[in-house]
Amino acid sequence: MALTDLTAEQSITAIAAGRTSSEDLVRAHLERVEHDDWNNFLAVNREAALARAREIDAMPQRPPLAGVPIAIKDALSTRDLTTTAGSRILEGFRPIYTATCVARLEAAGAVVIGKTNMDEFAMGSSCENSAYGPSLNPWDTTRVPGGSSGGSASAVAARQVPWSLGSDTGGSIRQPAALCGIVGVKPTYGAVSRYGLIAFASSLDQVGPFARTVRDAALLLQSMVGRDPMDATSLDWPDPIVLPTAARLDGVRVGVIEELMGQGIEPGVRAACRAALNRVESLGGTLVPIELPHASYGLATYYLIAPAECSANLARFDGIRYGRRAEATDDLLEHYERTRGEGFGPEVKRRIMLGTFALSSGYYDAYYGQAQRVRTLIVRDFAAAFAEIDVLASPTSPTVAFRLGERTADPLSMYLSDVCTIPVSLAGLPSLSIPCGLSDGLPVGLQLAGPAFSENRLFDIAHALEAAIGFDPSPPGVAA
Amino acid sequence: MSPDAWEVVIGIEIHAQLLTRTKMFCGCALSFGDPPNTHTCPVCLAHPGALPVVNREAIRLAIVAGHALGCEIAECSVFARKNYFYPDLPKAYQISQYDQPICGPGCFRYLTEDGEKTLGITRAHLEEDAAKLLHLGGEGRRANAEGSVVDFNRGGTPLLEIVTEPELHTGPDAASFLKQLRQTLVHLGITDGNMEQGSMRADANISVRPVGATGLGTKTELKNMNSFTYLERGIAAEVDRQIAILEAGGTITQETLHYEPGTGHITSLRSKEEAHDYRYFPEPDLEPVVPDRTWVEELRAALPELPIDRRERWIREYGLTFEDAEVLSEPVQLGDYFEQVAALAPPKSAANWVRGELRALLRDRGQEPWQSRVSPAALAEIITLVESREISMPSAKAVLGHVVEHGGQPREVVAALGLGAIQDEPALVAIVEQLLADNPVQAQQLREGKDKLIGFFVGQAMKATQGRADPARISELVRERAGAG
Amino acid sequence: MIDDHVTRHVARLARLELTESETVQMQHELSAILEYVQQVQELDLASVPPTTHAIPLKNVVREDVPTPSVPVELALREAPEVHGDGFAVPRMG
Repeated sequence: MALTDLTAEQSITAIAAGRTSSEDLVRAHLERVEHDDWNNFLAVNREAALARAREIDAMPQRPPLAGVPIAIKDALSTRDLTTTAGSRILEGFRPIYTATCVARLEAAGAVVIGKTNMDEFAMGSSCENSAYGPSLNPWDTTRVPGGSSGGSASAVAARQVPWSLGSDTGGSIRQPAALCGIVGVKPTYGAVSRYGLIAFASSLDQVGPFARTVRDAALLLQSMVGRDPMDATSLDWPDPIVLPTAARLDGVRVGVIEELMGQGIEPGVRAACRAALNRVESLGGTLVPIELPHASYGLATYYLIAPAECSANLARFDGIRYGRRAEATDDLLEHYERTRGEGFGPEVKRRIMLGTFALSSGYYDAYYGQAQRVRTLIVRDFAAAFAEIDVLASPTSPTVAFRLGERTADPLSMYLSDVCTIPVSLAGLPSLSIPCGLSDGLPVGLQLAGPAFSENRLFDIAHALEAAIGFDPSPPGVAA
Repeated sequence: MSPDAWEVVIGIEIHAQLLTRTKMFCGCALSFGDPPNTHTCPVCLAHPGALPVVNREAIRLAIVAGHALGCEIAECSVFARKNYFYPDLPKAYQISQYDQPICGPGCFRYLTEDGEKTLGITRAHLEEDAAKLLHLGGEGRRANAEGSVVDFNRGGTPLLEIVTEPELHTGPDAASFLKQLRQTLVHLGITDGNMEQGSMRADANISVRPVGATGLGTKTELKNMNSFTYLERGIAAEVDRQIAILEAGGTITQETLHYEPGTGHITSLRSKEEAHDYRYFPEPDLEPVVPDRTWVEELRAALPELPIDRRERWIREYGLTFEDAEVLSEPVQLGDYFEQVAALAPPKSAANWVRGELRALLRDRGQEPWQSRVSPAALAEIITLVESREISMPSAKAVLGHVVEHGGQPREVVAALGLGAIQDEPALVAIVEQLLADNPVQAQQLREGKDKLIGFFVGQAMKATQGRADPARISELVRERAGAG
Repeated sequence: MIDDHVTRHVARLARLELTESETVQMQHELSAILEYVQQVQELDLASVPPTTHAIPLKNVVREDVPTPSVPVELALREAPEVHGDGFAVPRMG
């Protein structure tokens, strides 16, 4: 088996058994990173990664992640390694500090091999909003990998890395995971520190893992969770994350949202998800029809709250302390307007405008204020649902990977990609996507969501289903 | 209409930098005058991905201040983003408070010659200070500058913003309020109240209306007056300006103004730009503050005596005048010193000596009483000695002068310098008789009624006795013996 | 739904320079999006409190103890323009 076909867990075992080293592992992956047919990498950390791998190999006692390489979404600050958030306005920007979650992974022994492509400032569902060109889906390079963490997802599917970090605000980990046929996890809001994550929507953003197996994803999350004094919204983590072992789902009540198995979902996606849900029953679980009465307002709510928060979060990009600035401006006003006008892409500008409008005098109550109240109803809907079930299941994405350029002309049509993933984000609940089959040769993802802090149970359920489904996460033509 | 036909309405907004060790939302140390950008971090530089975390001490100081202002302390307090673009605001929003400030309505008591007054406090809330902009060229002011430079050391300093009700009506009253507010906050250790350095800033909202009217006129905001004098003058100038406009039939534009103390001119700070739309919304990066009620009550119970209560006590129990109390209460160390003297000597005398003779002597040395070699006990001893006539007043002053220079115990100084009062009655009579005999012309004039010559004889007696004779007794004896002669 | 005047006003508030054609396009796009999102106004929510934090916490504070600041060279390193030890800002007018 090629080194790049190994899961992270398999690599750690192999290293412990002396069958390979961190340096060999990193080299093998670097080769695929540097022959990047999918435009996944915005920065490659070659020398530092090899140096770190050698350093770990020389340790008498290896840290838990043993020197396995990892790719990091370019929304996360990595000290001295360029971090662009997929935007021109941060072209060449080298952070002066490292995000807490990345620092924790590095301390645990993961080796950062590079930074991955993304929709600009995490705004998008296809990776086509990157200022550095889209990343491609390894299953079909005429199609999108999903977004906004497109590069991180594609890199794992393409075997450039066994695992990676992404960020999820309205689906930006789960949706690309579904489109690329891998596992993606958005943890409970506050589980992973946001210190160092370039903010899009502060009350929704979370960092999470991509991997080819549920156990790998759990292992990565385990190394990151826990309160960070630098992030006031981060949580004390009640029980340690445990690697899942469940093989059955006896007694597990799986809620199914009928609406999300209906008309708005592509038939092939529906079929693959139905098949996966049938396996739930054969594993001993029960399916329970569930209603989330206000989830249909989720998209509208999200597209008021997220832009509002982002309009404030992106205001700091003013070309004074970092980033690009416009040349030869006459005065401050022109400086601001041209720096930001030139530096931001169209989707980012749209959302800043939308958010500014939703907060502005005279409109706040009807738009942002109202959206925050709808959010309360959605939170209550989930609480009521989880009183009767253990986990919610639905398709992750209404469609399989769509073609490049297919939705770029109509922003609203792009927003609809997130209809399944958004409500969970609004409630701050943990959610993941596992591949559950193919439709027309393209991966379909099943989304599972649970109450806050239910990561361990989610992982167990996902792990059992993953084994039962037996999906082969190998895109054709991406052999080592 | 005459000026008396107009009523002036003033509200004050105060921004006080808190005496914490670190900034409001990050661990950078507070500083003043240090080289630029040496106290910064990703948070206060607003680097991408940085996040704020609330300074607990700032909450405590805000609550203490709230108690002193008679404010309700919030059950649940929330931070908010106030959005606008300016180079001294790195996030392009200030983390402040909008709904649910830490302190709700209150009432501040302050003392004037006409007795105690109260001023409604609308609210007090926490926020972070902006960075410092230095304008190059253009005489250091923004207009005409060639460019500007930002120093982020100050950015993020905790501020307490206090807003009063528009219930003041004159500049002097506003100044009186502000002085005592400052005194209270300094006394409690909330702020160092240094207005020249900008650690406490005051803006005045000013409007006028015809006497008897109930609605408020359009208000203007005079920003950043950094002394009480400028506050009074600025208010006076703005009131004149508004009345002149209104009497000419014009209307007041709501705008932000600057008062230039040198010229007395008032200029507009905001150009034709529209008023800011701050787009306030609750800060998603910070969680609500729910102060523990037991803790809040402990902080209230632990409040020291407030300056106004101290001054009123002095007036009531010590018989001090309003003016005595005002002078002695500022700064707080002077009041502490005075109290210690007043515990050992008659308070009224203590007041006179501390604010009079002692301070005058120390002024030349650049010292204040509590910095000098004169302990409160020593001063009290001198007062006791002179009031029991063991030494004369001139001797007392000499003893004080000696202690200022060399320290020491007053009684010992009296003994060492031989300054004990001549108390022996026959000796005093003898001195007076001798002087009357030696100065017959003046003695005769005195008999004829030229009373001011008593001063002459008292002066002569002082010379003859090196100030040891009690001038009051000499004066009496001169009257008696002159008549008898 | 949103007119040219409001579009320009919002662009100014957000300090975004838009060309004439961008302004027109933005107006149309925003109108379409607002048309969709305004469905939140269908619900009667007078008695429903807003949610700012999905997972509620309170009293998250830090002690008033200094932590090291960054060296001035690092603070200035990424600045597009520096003047002495300060961040240069264009003429403010």
